[in-house]
Parts: sequence; structure tokens; C-alpha cells
Amino acid sequence: MNELQKIARQRLLLMHYQSQVGHIGSCLSCIDAILFLFNNWMNRNQDVFILSKGHAAGALYTALWSIDEAIEEDLMSFCKDGTKLAAHPESQSFPSIEFSTGSLGHGLSLSAGVALGKKLAGESGHVYCLTSDGEWQEGATWEALIFLTHHKLFNLTVLVDSNELQAFGTVKEVASMNDLKNKIASFGATVLECDGHNFAAINSALDTPSLSPRVIILHTVKGKGVSFMENKIEWHYLTLNEDLLKRAQKDIAAL
Amino acid sequence: MRKEFTIQMCALFEKSPFIFLTGDLGFNAFETLRDVMKNKFINTGIAEQNMISVGAGLCSRGFRVFVYSIAPFCYARPFEQIRNDVCHHALPLTLVGNGGGYGYGVQGPSHHALEDYGVLTTLQNMKAYIPAFAKDLNVIVQHIIDRPLPSYLRLGRCEIPANFQPPEYAPWRQLLKGDAGIVICVGPLAGSLLGDFIKMKPLERPDLWALCELPIPDIPKQIIEDIAIGKRLLVAEEHVSRGSAGEMLAYMCMKIGLTPAAFFHHHAQGYPSGLYGSQNFHRAESRLDAVDIMKTLSQGQTKK
Repeated sequence: MNELQKIARQRLLLMHYQSQVGHIGSCLSCIDAILFLFNNWMNRNQDVFILSKGHAAGALYTALWSIDEAIEEDLMSFCKDGTKLAAHPESQSFPSIEFSTGSLGHGLSLSAGVALGKKLAGESGHVYCLTSDGEWQEGATWEALIFLTHHKLFNLTVLVDSNELQAFGTVKEVASMNDLKNKIASFGATVLECDGHNFAAINSALDTPSLSPRVIILHTVKGKGVSFMENKIEWHYLTLNEDLLKRAQKDIAAL
Repeated sequence: MRKEFTIQMCALFEKSPFIFLTGDLGFNAFETLRDVMKNKFINTGIAEQNMISVGAGLCSRGFRVFVYSIAPFCYARPFEQIRNDVCHHALPLTLVGNGGGYGYGVQGPSHHALEDYGVLTTLQNMKAYIPAFAKDLNVIVQHIIDRPLPSYLRLGRCEIPANFQPPEYAPWRQLLKGDAGIVICVGPLAGSLLGDFIKMKPLERPDLWALCELPIPDIPKQIIEDIAIGKRLLVAEEHVSRGSAGEMLAYMCMKIGLTPAAFFHHHAQGYPSGLYGSQNFHRAESRLDAVDIMKTLSQGQTKK
């Protein structure tokens, strides 16, 4: 992990500790992809990012902090009364957050609408949508996939945070989608896979030419980087106490 | 009203381009519109949740968007998408629901929209338009364009009596004057009642008002005055009682301290007999016809 990934993780953990808010494991599984997009890939003047798995708002806020769109005071207010940083992202709280999300299964259709709008208006720029893997149990996500492949929305890239855990069990236990990659590919999308914590791998996947709309399955670990959180479903919910924060900070420092 | 709607949409597109999404409906109705709009007319397929959110995404790029389906398919199935993606973001997307109320008749309850404007007007920024007559669409479409916020257009069947010239469109319109109480009617049902009331003597018939926008704009002064002199009030609508115009009106009367001598509400009752039929069959089962309405108003008079 590079310094940015470590610094962002430390800031994320502190923010969640200070606000006593959960969803930390979910944030740690996708924070690397979001950081990479905002710091190394997207053109912020014309690209749009939509966090369909809105419960990972902490990761998004931390990424916005890393590019100075959110400031320290913003993060300090996370989930406190009067904040603009709710536990799920609110539109207009920052220029880079165009849509409020939180209910799963909306983001991909919204992204398809934005991508189609850009295409019809002749606008440049690309749309990136980050979903969870469990979110593919939502029927609307498949409706969106049919739509975006049918309309050949090449200006849209879908990223799937595949940590294989959902809110009350593993994806396999709850409602297995078996071979998600081939299922998505069968709709006409180009499906790529990569290590969702590795900047070089994410870069390589994003850089791969494609003749159809692209879906990148990010293989990730829920709670990545914190030993006692990794692959633990309870870290979908739990909050940090002081001791756990110190242990987590130590883990991150050692990465 | 689809024919008139198509004419208005074609005219609007010429001066103020927009995007029209349909959930695979509009056969034998929207072919001309499709030809005029070209790539701005998009059949999004049988996927209403996606259609609404795609519409929201398009609105975010500066487009005005109309989304069309059979009424319940465009508001009930994708309710959360309307709530979160459209209304919460205050986007200029118009839901166009065809066949409001019992409009789809014997097609059955899946195709009926009996709670549409009630649930939709609970949402932030949403306004519902229920044209009484086809020619209202000319003005309503312009109102929608002038108000860049979410809206719902409930289309029905134009039931205007032959040779009747309705007053110019307004949210409230008095269609007929009479002495036997006040009937406020929502949407196209007004045309049907008008056809019956117009044959009655002024002393025996009620005032008839058409209400076409919800939430209810201020109650007209004339209605307030008529209630104040003791006229009985009846609201008739093809919508269930909960969230209805009748409920909204009763609330508004309470707020301004206005107490009608009697208040009656004829509204959609669902399927009381468990049998199915035409729109008129269901209206009759819900007592949404002139005979039953006059009976109710007379009962009120007897009590008085």
C-alpha cells in the first residue's frame, strides 16, 4: 500500500471513531478504488463518480478530503448534528457528489442516465459507478445493465466492490450469484477483474481498451488493512472504541 | 387524451427540446412523436425502476424529461426511485400516467391508479396535474415546462359533453352554476358529471367545479362564500379516500375555519362487489355518477 492509501485509512478510522459510526469494513474495502479514481484517474472537470453503495460514504468523504474538496472541519462534523456529511452521501454537499444514495440498486441507473445525457449532449467525460457485490441482488441493477449495454454507453465504467460479504452473511450464503462475472458478461459488457486494493492493478483495468461498456470486478477484502476487521461481517456495523482505534492505527502503520 | 397529449408534445419539442422515455408503451399513439423526436424518444423497455432513475440522470445533465407508462406502472413500481432520485433532487422530470383512476376498466386492478396523486403529492417538490378536458393539456404542458420541478400528469379520457365550451384552463374552474349544493370534481370525471348536470334545471342541480392541480391551490373565494351561505359540499374523485383531494380540501377548510353545512365524499371504493368491468362500471360501484351524487346531496338536504 502506498502512503496515500495509509494516510486516508488513518483519517477514515479517526473520523469514524470520533463520530462513533459504523460501516467501517465496507469503507475499507472500496476506499482504494475511490482514492485512485479521484487522485490518479478522473478528470474532475468532466467526469462523474456515483457511489451506488452509499453506506461507504466515509470512504468517499475521505477521498474528497485527500484532494482538498472536503476540509478537515468537514470530516470533524461527520454524522454530527448540522453536518453535511451524513452516513450516506447527500447531493450538493460537495461538487463531486451529484446524487444522494443509500438505498442500493439506484446508482447504476442514475449513472446510465448521466452517461446517456452526456452522449446525447455531445459532452466529453466519463461516468464511474461503484456498486457493492451484494447490490447485484437488486433487480434494478440488472435493468440498468441491460439498458447501458443496449445503448452502448461506452462512457460508463462500473466498478463492483466484491468483498463477498453482505449485511447478514456472505453473498454465497445469502443469495449466491455464482459466476457474477459471466452473468454480467452475458449481457454484453466487457468484464475485467483486478485486485481492488492495488493501484497498479486498478489502473491497468481502467486502461484496458474495450469494445463494449465495461464492468470491473474489484476483488477486495472487507475491513482491508485492519487485522481484526478483515473479512468480519460485524464490521459492517461495529464502531471503534479507543483501544480498537489504537490497534487499527497500528495495523495501518505497519502496512 | 393521448392524442391531444401527442400533439402538445410534438409542438413543445419544436420550441423546447426534451427527452421522452416510455416503458415500452404508446403503440398506436406515439409513433408520430417518436418520428419527430428521433433519438430523444427512448423506449427504455419494461423496466420502470431503471427508467425513472435514467430520467433523473438525464435531468442532471440539463434535460427536461417526460416518462410515460400506464399510470400505476410509472408511480407504484418505481416509487422509491421517484422519491429518492427525482423528488429529493428536485429534478424537472414529469411522470405521465395514462388511465388514471379506473381508466383501464376491465384490464383490472393491476392497471388501475386509485392512489396515485395521493401518494405522489406526499413527496417533496411534487405537483400533480389532472386535466379535466383534452384541451387543458395545451396550458398544463406549458405550466409543467415553466416549473422545473417534479410533476405528475394523470391522463384520462376526455368526457366533455358535445358543444360545451369549457372556461379557460385554471386549477379551479366553475363549469356550471346551480342551487343544490357544490360538487367539486377532480379531473375527467367532471366531464361526465357535467353531461348529466347540464340537463337539469339550475334550481335542482349543484354548482360544478373542476379541480385539476394538487396539492390544492387556495380555495376560490366563490366557493368560500357559497359554503358560508350554507351550501352543502360534495367532492367526487376517482381516487381512494386516503390522500385524496377530498381529504386535502377538508383539511384546508379546517385551517381557515370554514365549516360546510354538510360535507360528502364520493371516492373510489376499490372493488366492493369483487366484480370487474368498464370504467363506468367501477365508477357506479363507487357511486361516482350523477344519480348517486344527487341522492347524497338530497340526503344532506333532508337532514338539514
